[in-house]
Amino acid sequence: MHVPDGFINAPVSVAAGAVAAGAVAVSLRGARRELDERTAPLAGLVAAFIFAVQMLNFPVAAGTSGHLLGGALAAILVGPFTGVLCVSVVLLMQGLLFADGGLTALGVNITVMAVVTTVVAYAVFRGLAKVLPRGRRSVTAAAFTAALVSVPAAAAAFTLVYAVGGTTEVSLGKVATAMIGVHVLIGIGEAAITALTVGAVLAVRPDLVHGAHGLTAPFKLRVGGELIDAPATPDTTPAPAAAARSHRKLWAAGLAASLVLAGFVSFYASQDPDGLEKVAHDKGFDKGEKEHGAADSPLADYGVKDITDARLSGGLAGVIGVGVTVVAGSAVFWAVRRRRATDGTDSGPASVTVDTGSAPSTSATASAPTASATAPAENA
Amino acid sequence: MDPVVTCAPPASASLEVAGLAYAYPDGHQALFGVDLRIDRGERVALLGPNGAGKTTLVLHLNGILTAGAGTVTVAGLPVGKRHMAEIRRKVGIVFQDPDDQLFMPTVREDVAFGPAAAGMRGPELEARVRKALGQVGMEEYADRPPHHLSFGQRRRVAVATVLAMEPEILVLDEPSSNLDPASRRELADILRSLDVTVLMVTHDLPYALELCPRALVLSEGVIAADGPTGDLLADGNLMSSHRLELPFGFDPKSVRGKV
Amino acid sequence: MGAGHAHRLYRHGRSPVHALPPHTKLTAVFCFVVVVVSTPREAMWAFAAYALLLAAVAYAARVPPLFWLKRLLIEVPFVAFALLLPFVAEGERTEVLGMSLSVHGLWGAWNVLAKGTLGVAASVLLAATTDLRELLLGLQRLRLPPLLVQIASFMIRYGDVVTDEMRRMKIARESRGFEARGVRHWGVLAKSAGALFIRSYERGERVHLAMVSRGYAGSMPVIDEVTASRAQWSGALALPLSALAVCLLGWTLS
Repeated sequence: MHVPDGFINAPVSVAAGAVAAGAVAVSLRGARRELDERTAPLAGLVAAFIFAVQMLNFPVAAGTSGHLLGGALAAILVGPFTGVLCVSVVLLMQGLLFADGGLTALGVNITVMAVVTTVVAYAVFRGLAKVLPRGRRSVTAAAFTAALVSVPAAAAAFTLVYAVGGTTEVSLGKVATAMIGVHVLIGIGEAAITALTVGAVLAVRPDLVHGAHGLTAPFKLRVGGELIDAPATPDTTPAPAAAARSHRKLWAAGLAASLVLAGFVSFYASQDPDGLEKVAHDKGFDKGEKEHGAADSPLADYGVKDITDARLSGGLAGVIGVGVTVVAGSAVFWAVRRRRATDGTDSGPASVTVDTGSAPSTSATASAPTASATAPAENA
Repeated sequence: MDPVVTCAPPASASLEVAGLAYAYPDGHQALFGVDLRIDRGERVALLGPNGAGKTTLVLHLNGILTAGAGTVTVAGLPVGKRHMAEIRRKVGIVFQDPDDQLFMPTVREDVAFGPAAAGMRGPELEARVRKALGQVGMEEYADRPPHHLSFGQRRRVAVATVLAMEPEILVLDEPSSNLDPASRRELADILRSLDVTVLMVTHDLPYALELCPRALVLSEGVIAADGPTGDLLADGNLMSSHRLELPFGFDPKSVRGKV
Repeated sequence: MGAGHAHRLYRHGRSPVHALPPHTKLTAVFCFVVVVVSTPREAMWAFAAYALLLAAVAYAARVPPLFWLKRLLIEVPFVAFALLLPFVAEGERTEVLGMSLSVHGLWGAWNVLAKGTLGVAASVLLAATTDLRELLLGLQRLRLPPLLVQIASFMIRYGDVVTDEMRRMKIARESRGFEARGVRHWGVLAKSAGALFIRSYERGERVHLAMVSRGYAGSMPVIDEVTASRAQWSGALALPLSALAVCLLGWTLS
């Protein structure tokens, strides 16, 4: 999966490097909010976990096996910012220690595999978590879908990077079809493993699943037979359930409408092939089977074939488009909101650190941007 | 009775805990009002069965867990946000798993971590590290990565990481667990040679008897007994009612003179 | 550090390349790869010159050629992709051995193969001559955000510990007669992965406790810092600078 040197031209590599650096910088700040001063050891251990779990082989069928990429899993278990950081550090270390992935392509690798995967997975997960009824099963289902979408989304992002900065001219239709098609199938495996793993953690330590926060109740202390209220600790304060519920319907309607719209519209729009798809049609799918005969072999260890249905891939692209829009919308809203928040506060640094430790403020910022992101999604 | 316990003036308490209660975020209550006092220079064992709340109590001593109710005082300083840095320097905790304690890439950096976090630099830091490693006999391993050491060596380095901070009180969580008899002996010799207050949390009763003149029994979240270690271990009823059992063939009276 | 599972590439040695400060080596390799990537693909001789430069460094570092070449295998998936390019790329086509190949595709394949291989070769040399610890110090010296360096440092410190735990879980599964053979066993494997996550996370919490207990308050004390003399810098930068000369020649000649 790791892109080597020379695959993407220098200017685009530099640009991707800048994007990656920006994303990591944002994540460093965000992770401090998710984990406060525990960031370094916890993110380090989670990175070690991602690194180890990538070596865990999941047998598919006779002789072939797959492994987890881990972006979606990280996002759901520890939150998007920490997730981006962990996967980025894993990629950095793989590049430096194992020569896995080119040094100049590090920006591309981080952007595609750490940022896009994690952020898309988390956006989809949060969206579904708002829509679905509360409960473990919903979290697992949301995790499945999030991982399923995240992998082809990364493939789409790679295609985009390749379209701008690829060193060889290949029809974009072909790159997109091959990349996204293959990765939908990889995504199914990723989704199954991610959902099962999240389910396993949820069964034992639900409090550790970042995506399932806010399901605990306040508790009492018993001293000499008397009950007294325990002081609120960061982990125990329940999330503002009422606020979340009021947004839920809006969310459900918005997300469902935009998904259906994007999926179906692009499904039927692709009956009438325009520029890009025409190229694919002319070159590809009739005689393409033969050419793709060669394409099958290097990917054979994934045990998959291309998706040759233009409609299906078109619809899929639409769905991914919605995902990207949701992310972009959330990002803009989040940035605006943050700015307003920093303008508004004039309290000293001491009280700021105290604030970040308490759950209400963090969960408010976490739920608010995602809730309002329906607006841009609906417009699209 | 041990003269150290009775003669120490009240002002020189290394550690005082009063009415301490705590419940974990999941609602499980571990401590139900703990009272104890340890004077300067004492070596005290905290005995108790698994799940008695020993580790939870330890985490209150340097303010990692905040008391639900009650107070903890270290050398006259109340444990709380105000004096946290000072408290953490004074209370040196050696955790049960040395892999958790040794988190830096090399032994030297790990031992240097505590004093460096307190602002120490340069030759002074270097000397402190050398001294601490010398106290546990691990000088020549300074530049090794911790995961290349044996378990016993890692435990000794873990003690050194805390000694480097020159603490008021050394708190050891299950110091003898997973050690082979030789490593056990070496660690006991090291601990006996140190001139520092020691609170040793353990369910290894012979080890407690060997090292600590006084013992506390923590059971179901409260201090159930406090007295000379030999007397407590010889009290069969007390032992069995708190799930404490001596190893087969071990008679506490036979080794009493050694302490 | 030969036994570290997380760092199979490092070869202990006392060569002049090993002795260079890590940040100079990191800078040199990075600049070298940038130069290689910006070389026009038509200047085939330039890539031969780069390969010779790397071979010279490998000789100075006493890295055996076989060891070096073996590590290049990591590239295989992309070699496969590169070999595909002549078949699928656009534009004018040419006949080779009876197959219709794209000229663009052939150039593209050559471009990816040459630059990718040189990039991997340079990274392998860096990894083979730089100890893990040094690598982290180098990154720290190059002003990578401290938090990122810390995360990397913890990842490396506990990479082996976590991998070991995973191995022990596998042994425990196998001792009870379980062997994953297909998709229907994913549930069991995922449970292991979940347990591994919980263990890793809890260890992270315990490590944090141990750090806090020794006065950690959010920033890591700087204990070691690496420095480089002018001579060391010029020694390290000899590689990218000679590559740059080759690259400029390549641009003017092609």
